[in-house]
Amino acid sequence: MRGRTFGVVVIGMVLAGVLFTRLGANQYYYFAAYVILQYVVLATAWNILGGYTGYVNFGTAAFFALGAYTSVVLIKGFAAPLPVLLAAGAAVAGLLGLGIGYLTLRLRGVFFSIATLALAVVLQTMVINWDYVGGARGISVVRPGRLPFFGSYVEFLFAVMLLLAIFAIAVAWWIETSRIGRGLAAIRDNEEAAECMGVPTLRLKLIATTVSGSLMGVAGAPFPYYVTFVEPSSAFNLDYAVNSLAMPMIGGTTTWVGPVIGAILLGTTQQVATVTISSALNLLIVGIILVAFVILAPDGILGLVQRLKGGARA
Amino acid sequence: MVSLDLLANAVVAGILLGGFYAAVSLGVSIAFGLLDVVNIAHPVFVILGSYAVYVTNTAFGLDPIVAGIVFTPVFYGIGVVVYRIYYVSFEKKGQESLRGLVFFFGVLFIVEVGLTLKYGVDYRLVEAQYIGESLRFGPVGIALRLLVPCVVAVLLTLVLYLYLAKTFVGRAIKAVSQDSLALRLMGADPVKVKDVAFGIAIATASLAGALLIMIGPVEPSMNREYIGRVFAVAVLGGMGSIGGTFLAAVIIGVAESLTSTFFGPSWAVAVSFGVLLLALAVRPAGLFGS
Repeated sequence: MRGRTFGVVVIGMVLAGVLFTRLGANQYYYFAAYVILQYVVLATAWNILGGYTGYVNFGTAAFFALGAYTSVVLIKGFAAPLPVLLAAGAAVAGLLGLGIGYLTLRLRGVFFSIATLALAVVLQTMVINWDYVGGARGISVVRPGRLPFFGSYVEFLFAVMLLLAIFAIAVAWWIETSRIGRGLAAIRDNEEAAECMGVPTLRLKLIATTVSGSLMGVAGAPFPYYVTFVEPSSAFNLDYAVNSLAMPMIGGTTTWVGPVIGAILLGTTQQVATVTISSALNLLIVGIILVAFVILAPDGILGLVQRLKGGARA
Repeated sequence: MVSLDLLANAVVAGILLGGFYAAVSLGVSIAFGLLDVVNIAHPVFVILGSYAVYVTNTAFGLDPIVAGIVFTPVFYGIGVVVYRIYYVSFEKKGQESLRGLVFFFGVLFIVEVGLTLKYGVDYRLVEAQYIGESLRFGPVGIALRLLVPCVVAVLLTLVLYLYLAKTFVGRAIKAVSQDSLALRLMGADPVKVKDVAFGIAIATASLAGALLIMIGPVEPSMNREYIGRVFAVAVLGGMGSIGGTFLAAVIIGVAESLTSTFFGPSWAVAVSFGVLLLALAVRPAGLFGS
């Protein structure tokens, strides 16, 4: 049943993507769709640790920016092609996740959360002080030349991000249905009991942090080509942290569908709102929706739907 | 060759800065250390305090410290309301670890973006007669804008220490962190005690905000660099120990001041993060915890 939903969503996304490119839409729509898909990746990645395991990562911006700046270094130093950038972004951000997790996850979960909050500030400071990647001024990146099959480079990036989103969802789906997922759920529900039952809690938590971190890094890897001008304040934007946790919280955290729903809903709303009202006001709205959801609908939209269904049955 | 004057100046500035960090961290020490409420939004309340002081200072020329004290009841009220929401929505249901954290993150975000919408991202500062002055002791100069906050912070630490150690409610606050069931048996309502304690924790943010804007100009997103710092102080200080918090704050202040003197100010932010990770890895109970 779940497998079928998963298949339907993936095929639907591919079809929608292909249709989107065939329509020959305005270039702006590619930019907007790229951002929404990027949030699908980030929200799914966040949820692997936050939703499945119950450990809150506030440092999405740090992992994302690490992916982006790894790309900047590789483009500037070695003119590396995009697949290398994606792999490198994933590897570096995954290692960061592993390191932070190893230092803090043996203690209470809050320390991990606090460490991730501080991490973004520290990494941003390091980037600001590193002239090779442009420091505080930022650095411009030249996109590679025209590609076959694609009308513009943005269309190509859109296709890449679509594949990454499908990949991220597939990873989440695989984790959820595998033994790892059941172990993570056991940790979320009662870590001590899980430990007593022989669940290797630390190892599972480290796997979750690493996978989650590397997916965030992958999402950031094409970022330099997308913006063509990378500066610390945009790469480390707090929007990434708040959105990537707000989206699963709003959609529902227990399955892979939740973050996707949340990312598409909230992402689309924000794209519309940024054009029609100011972007600062739009962020305020995200914050208020987030707080309203954690207080009033702790299981997100999926939880609300289930509650309605349950009510109809009773 | 390290100049001795430079070193002396850096250490003195670090001690003064550390005193101020204590004022910012005391609220976290109470909320996180004693009540087990992970209030990551505390620094944003400090910034809110700074803006309250800024507004009254520019409009009525009120002294920043007086303004900071005037606002403590308001912040106490905010604290009680925030804790009530937190308690009813999360703590009572045992969901504080995931959703409670996200709640405070949301509060942080709303206050920060709200301040940005109202006042923009410009740096704001306050005026007072003594802010530009400084004293000299031989080669060591002490700026009053650092000395006054440190003195106020020492007084605040003393008052809180005596309050927790000597008064009935203060002792109840300490008791609620150790054994809330025993407290209930003694006829005190743990939730009401926590109300008071969290209110006090947020009330300190108003005064700390006054000190912050006195030391330097303030802008809404500054709260984020304080998150790592205040939690580093609270953990290093031994979670809930008032004296420990003050000492830990001074240690971090001196470490930061030395780093910024000898390696450049932009590296100072990384100090508290390093200390936090080190403390968590080596001694999570802190320097003064058991």
